Parts: sequence; C-alpha cells; structure tokens
Amino acid sequence: MKLTGAQIFIECLKREGVKTVFALPGGVVLKIFDTLHQQKDIEIILTRHEQGAGHMAEGYAKATGKAGVCLVTSGPGMTNVITALADAYMDSVPLVCFSGQVPTSLIGNDAFQEADNIGLSRPCTKYNFLVKDVNDLAATIKEAFYIATTGRPGPVLVDIPKDVSMAEAEFSYPNSVSIRGYNPTYEGNKWQIKQAAEAIAKARKPILYVGGGVVFSGASQELLELAEMTQIPVDMTLMGLGAFPGEHPLSLGMMGMHGTYEANMAVHYSDLVIAVGSRFDDRVTGKVSEFCPHAKVIHIDIDPTSIRKNIHVDIPIVGDCKAVLRELNQILRATVNGEQKELRKPWWDQIQAWRQAHPLTYQQEKDGPIKPQQVVKRLYELTKDRDPIVSTDVGQHQMWAAQYFKLAKPNRWLTSGGLGTMGFGFPAAMGAQAAFRNRLVLCIAGDGSIQMNMQEMATAVVSKLPVKIIILNNRFHGMVRQWQDLFYNGRYASSDLENTPDFVKLAEAYGAVGLRANTMADLDGVLKKAIETEGPVIVDVPTYRFENCYPMIPAGGCNHEMLLEDPPELKQKQAGGKNVTPEDKDTVLTA
Amino acid sequence: MEHIISVTVENKFGVLSRVAGLFSGRGFNIESLSVAPTLDPSMSQMTIVTSGDERIIEQIVKQLNKLIDVIKVVDLNETEFVSRETAIIKVHTKDADRAEALRIVDIFRANVIDSTPGTYTIEVSGDPKKIGAIINLLQPLGIKELVRTGRVAVAREPVRPVSVQTKKVARE
Ligand SMILES: Cc1cc2nc3c(=O)[nH]c(=O)nc-3n(C[C@H](O)[C@H](O)[C@H](O)COP(=O)(O)OP(=O)(O)OC[C@H]3O[C@@H](n4cnc5c(N)ncnc54)[C@H](O)[C@@H]3O)c2cc1C
Ligand SMILES: Cc1ncc(C[n+]2csc(CCOP(=O)(O)OP(=O)(O)O)c2C)c(N)n1
Ligand SMILES: [Mg+2]
Repeated sequence: MKLTGAQIFIECLKREGVKTVFALPGGVVLKIFDTLHQQKDIEIILTRHEQGAGHMAEGYAKATGKAGVCLVTSGPGMTNVITALADAYMDSVPLVCFSGQVPTSLIGNDAFQEADNIGLSRPCTKYNFLVKDVNDLAATIKEAFYIATTGRPGPVLVDIPKDVSMAEAEFSYPNSVSIRGYNPTYEGNKWQIKQAAEAIAKARKPILYVGGGVVFSGASQELLELAEMTQIPVDMTLMGLGAFPGEHPLSLGMMGMHGTYEANMAVHYSDLVIAVGSRFDDRVTGKVSEFCPHAKVIHIDIDPTSIRKNIHVDIPIVGDCKAVLRELNQILRATVNGEQKELRKPWWDQIQAWRQAHPLTYQQEKDGPIKPQQVVKRLYELTKDRDPIVSTDVGQHQMWAAQYFKLAKPNRWLTSGGLGTMGFGFPAAMGAQAAFRNRLVLCIAGDGSIQMNMQEMATAVVSKLPVKIIILNNRFHGMVRQWQDLFYNGRYASSDLENTPDFVKLAEAYGAVGLRANTMADLDGVLKKAIETEGPVIVDVPTYRFENCYPMIPAGGCNHEMLLEDPPELKQKQAGGKNVTPEDKDTVLTA
Repeated sequence: MEHIISVTVENKFGVLSRVAGLFSGRGFNIESLSVAPTLDPSMSQMTIVTSGDERIIEQIVKQLNKLIDVIKVVDLNETEFVSRETAIIKVHTKDADRAEALRIVDIFRANVIDSTPGTYTIEVSGDPKKIGAIINLLQPLGIKELVRTGRVAVAREPVRPVSVQTKKVARE
C-alpha cells in the first residue's frame, strides 16, 4: 500500500519509539500536522516559539537518554530553532529536528518563507539531510536517528520539502543502517587500557575528571566501581554533574572556573588525571599551559577529535566510557589491593585539608536579604528525597545550582554548558516533564534568562507541564555584573535590569500560580507550597543583588589561583551599597 | 609545515561545502583543494594542500575523519608520494615574442593548446616549482590570464588510511 510522505514520517517516528514531538506549524508542514492530528500514538506539544521546541526536545533527550524530536516550518521556523540546534551540538545532545521546506521545484528561487536550511544548520548539526524524493524519506529518517544517537550524540536535521510530504510511496522501514564513512568506536584499545590500569595502580595523586560523556554512555555504575575500588577522588565538569553521586565522600564536586577549591587544587597538584567523557574545555583548564602541570593524562573519549585538541594526552583511549571502564575495572580488580590506599593516604590527607580550608561558603543573616545560595540549598534539602530533575538557565544562579544542588544520579541535570544559552532552562524542564509526567521538575532560573523564553508558560499551562520555576531575582544580569565588578571597575554597562516584571502577576496572567518569598521567614513555606502545587508555578525570590559567585578562576588564570571572596575594595563598596543606584556607584567605590 | 591530504568522500550534493566549512569554521589553512569522481562514481577524491604544526594537522585529519561523508583520509606526508599541478597560461605575444614563447614552452615540455594572432595559451604540468619557474619566464612577455588546478597527489605505495573506517552494518 502506498502512503503519503506525511504518513511515512509518522510511521517512522513510531518505529523509533517517539512518543512526543515539540512542534509549531506553518504552511509547508501543514500536511504533516494534519496527518499527526488524525492519530493518537504520538503527542504533539505545541510550543509558542521554535526555540522553545528545540530546547524542550533537548530537555527530553537529556532526561531520557533518547533522541528528542522537534518539528518546525521553513524560513523563520528554521531560523528560530537554530539556537537550540547550536546548543545541542555544543553539548552533544541527541536531537532530530524536522524542518519544512518549500516545494522542490521552488528551492533556490527565493520562494515565500524559503531559507537554506541545510546551509544554515550545517555548522551546528552533526549531520543534515534534504529529502528530495519521497522514496528516500524512510531510509533518511532511520539514518537521522541512528546518527543522532550513536557515537558522540548530536543534533541531526531532516529538511522535508512540501511536495515530498504530499507525494506517495511504498513504505518500508529499513532494519539496519549502513554508512561507510561513519563507524564510531565503542571498544577501547586493549593495550592502551592495560597501560591505563598500570598507571592507575602506580599513581600517588590520581584524580578522575568526569564529564558529560559518562552521562550519555550510562556509565555511572562503572565509574562508581572504579572510584571506590581504587579510592580515587572524583571531579565533575558542569555537564558531568550527576554522573557520580554528589554526596559521596569521594566526590570533590564541580571543577573549573566556579568549581570547588578542593576540586581545582586536586587537579592542579595531581600526578595522574583520568579524564572520562570530558573535553578539556577552557572553563575547566583555565590557562592551558598550566593545566595539571605535574600529571600524566589518560583520556577516554568516543570522539577522537576531543583527544589532544587542547592538551597533551599520554594515554588516549578512543571508545565508549561504559565499555572502556568495564574493561579497565576488570583488569584493576585483579591487581588492586590494600596497597593503593596506603600509597594514597598523604594525597587524601591533603585533599581533606583543602576541603576544610575553603569549603563553599556564604553569609546568610537571619533577617537580612535572602542569599541566592540559601535558596538553592533549601530547595535541595526540601526536595532531595523526591529525586527531582533540575534545569537551570545561564548565569550566577546556574553556578550556585551546580555548587549546592548535589545530584545523586545521572540524567537529572539539564543545563546549557557549551553555548551557555540564556532561556534554555524553562523549556528544557518542560521537555523533561513531558517525558516524566509524574516527576518533580525544577527550573532554577535567573530573572534575565527567564524572560528569554517566558512565552512557553502558555505551553506549560495548556499542555499541563507542571514545572516549578524558582527565579533567583537579583534584577541584574548578575554574571555580567560580577565581571564588571571584578574587571571593569564596577561600571555596570547594560547589566542592571533595574526593574523586572512582576513575575507573580505574570504567572497568573498565563493561568499559572505565582508565589513570592520576600524574607527568610517566608522562604521555606513558599518553596514547600510550590512543590505541593499541582500545575506550573513561578516562585519569585528577590535575592541580595550584589552577591558574587566564588570560587572563581578569572578567565585564562591557573586552577590553583582562585578568587575565594570579594576583593577588599568591592566588599567596602557593597557594605555601603545595598541599594546602590547607578548614579552613586562611583561615590560608593571611592568612599 | 605543508601537508598534502588525500580524502575519499561520498560523491553527493553538499560534501564539498561540508569539507570547506570545516576548514573555514575551525580556522584551518587551505592552500588548494581539488576534487573529482573516482573510478567508482559513488565516490570522489579530494586532494587538499594545507599547512600547520603537528597538532593542527592531527586535528585536521581527525576532523575530516569525523565528517560522515568522508570515507578515507590519508596524510600523504606520512609516506612517499608524487604530485602534479596543471596551469593554463595565456600570454600576450607580439611578433618578436612568439618565438621566445615557443622556446620556453619547449624547455618546460609544456604545450601550446590554443593560439590567436595576439596570444598563445600554454598548458604546463609539474610540481609547484616548475610551474613557478615557467611563470617567471613568461611574465616579461605579458601574462593575460593564469589558472591553476591546485595539486593532486598519490602515494607511491598503498598506504593505510589514518583511521580505518570499515564498512558498517549497524544496530538492530
Ligand atoms: C556561565 C558558565 C560557567 C561555566 N563554568 C564552568 C565551570 O566552572 N566548570 C565546568 O566544568 N564547566 C563550566 N561551564 C561549562 C563549560 O563551558 C563546558 O560546557 C563543560 O566544561 C564541558 O563539559 P565536559 O567536558 O563534560 O564535556 P561535554 O560537553 O559534556 O562533552 C562530552 C565529552 O564526552 C564525549 N562523549 C560523549 N559520549 C561519550 C561516550 N558514550 N563515551 C565516551 N565519551 C563520550 C564527547 O565526545 C565529549 O568529548 C560553564 C558554562 C557556563 C555557561
Ligand atoms: C542568549 C544569551 N545572551 C547573552 C548571554 C551572556 N550572559 C551570560 S550570563 C548573563 C546574565 C544572566 O542573567 P540572569 O539570567 O538574571 O542570571 P544571574 O547571573 O543574574 O543569576 C548574560 C547576559 C548569554 N549567556 N546568552
Ligand atoms: Mg539575574
């Protein structure tokens, strides 16, 4: 029997196990929407902006480990989703994005709502396809899912011209994919793994540097076994959070620019860095030439281009984290004995000393303004038993969330690391909520970031996605203000938002619930109430405006040279400046 | 250092722009690039002349391998190879110069492939040095136009690709 392109599209999605598509219609994709409308197996979540659709698909993917799917129209629909594709590309999120295209006969004619979707998305997708013939549609979709989810995951775009979705063809879904130029390596080289095991057995000051690859690979169990067996401390990147239990005694927390003191000191002074599914980003290495200067480096990564891109690697292992760690653990099980613990006792003593010297800290006065860290800490304590999924936007609040929300398991942490996309948090949380309707999904947002995709509140209400948004409201682009305080002499160029909308009323305007915690006394009650509320909620928490996020390694600095608190002149300024207006800032500084 | 990289790719729409986009997007040098179908019409052969230190060349090779449409990558500098480039040079020839032009053509074993009362069009192949030399000699006569193919190269012996990408029969 012959099916239309639109029907073939749907059959393929069903075969791939897709349950949810985040979408926004337009002329050239109407046939597909019309066909979707007449079936029940796949749910369409109608977003209010295509960027929202893209981030929702990302959130869905990060929480489930499966490919997220979004569907947009040609021209402006495509250009709107680009930010999400770029975000997914940087953070290796498996995504299949379908875009409508003008009919094949009009391609290249500057037709109405035409855009070069393939050209636009090429630099921000793992691969992209233009389907010119309906007979190729099924095989193309199969390849798209295969490419998005295997090897180093990433976004794939499938561009479908209008006539292709209308035309008919015999439907048959291929059982397998064969792409001669694409063959990801999963098993690591055995000899190299043996070298790694030997280095691990000998090391006196080893450290695990764990990244997003462990989450994608589902290798948390193997990682836990490795760390416990060898008693090696674990540093996590922002993207690796949750890969290893945050409260585990071997966890040193997040490393890098805003990482913990002990995480950064440990990597700096270690003699063996074992990088697992992490890519030596500049937010982690700081000054590359000074990164772990005393260490041998083992790097396990599925993507050969990640290895030796930024720093020298002594033992490269190309492969999947799970497969490689299994093999490595097997060798180590036979060789590791009590000796290593003895060998590393001085190292652990040193790490404990670092931990005690400079733990994460902030000052919360009982009836002073609410500190942002306090909000995250209480939110964590109040919800940790429920195993929540947590998303963040981008800025200071993101870093505080990373520091204080200690995740126990992988796939609970949705954040934009590589591109650092403000506006990511809320739609990503909605995507995860769409996958897990009964779980608690929290979005820790900034007052600046939340306004970048606020329109999706309409989607959350209509599609019943009961995400709880907690806005750490400093009425600032806080992260920008922090840099201006530290490096631009306190000149707040375009970082002071001065006035934010009344988020409580805004929530209500959308038909959601709005709550506010004005004082420390309110905080717990309001957070609890939000958690117990059924639908989507915005909690607005006005926080101390001038709080800065520490530790901080200034960009390009060395990992062992962290700022741990505001420099004295800044403290002075803030002591007198709780309500500084832009005009009197300079006076306060010199006072 | 200059490297010649031989890349076997799928012969399909958009592949050239993926390769070119890789070089421009990552700030890699590209001195010349030539491309044409192979014996097997489903594949094309690219010869890319590029330069960079060891680390950059390693990244170029890896990044090329990562492209899904790339089937095989060989860094020819790892082995012995022969390379050629062709140039077509149109020279302005006044009466007195015509004999001189032919003499130069002869010395370089080049060919005159077209002639008009005021011009010769000369084809020459060889390594970049040879082409540079003939250009130098012809310049005083007045070169009107010059086009070069960019280099193509093959290894003298069969070589192993930098990363073997075997044919894949995948999942499910
Ligand atoms: C405001 C802001 C501040 C930031 N501050 C920090 C900070 O203080 N600390 C910090 O760490 N980051 C920080 N980041 C994030 C940073 O920019 C990078 O996104 C992050 O460090 C990258 O994490 P990763 O190394 O785990 O790599 P990811 O981007 O998660 O990449 C994963 C790596 O694993 C590999 N991989 C994928 N799948 C597999 C598999 N199955 N098997 C093996 N390998 C696999 C991939 O090839 C890739 O190399 C910040 C971001 C922002 C926006
Ligand atoms: C789309 C986008 N534009 C600009 C930036 C640069 N930027 C990084 S953090 C930040 C401020 C974020 O403000 P807010 O969301 O209020 O978070 P805060 O730092 O105050 O917690 C800006 C503007 C960005 N990351 N993303
Ligand atoms: Mg803010």
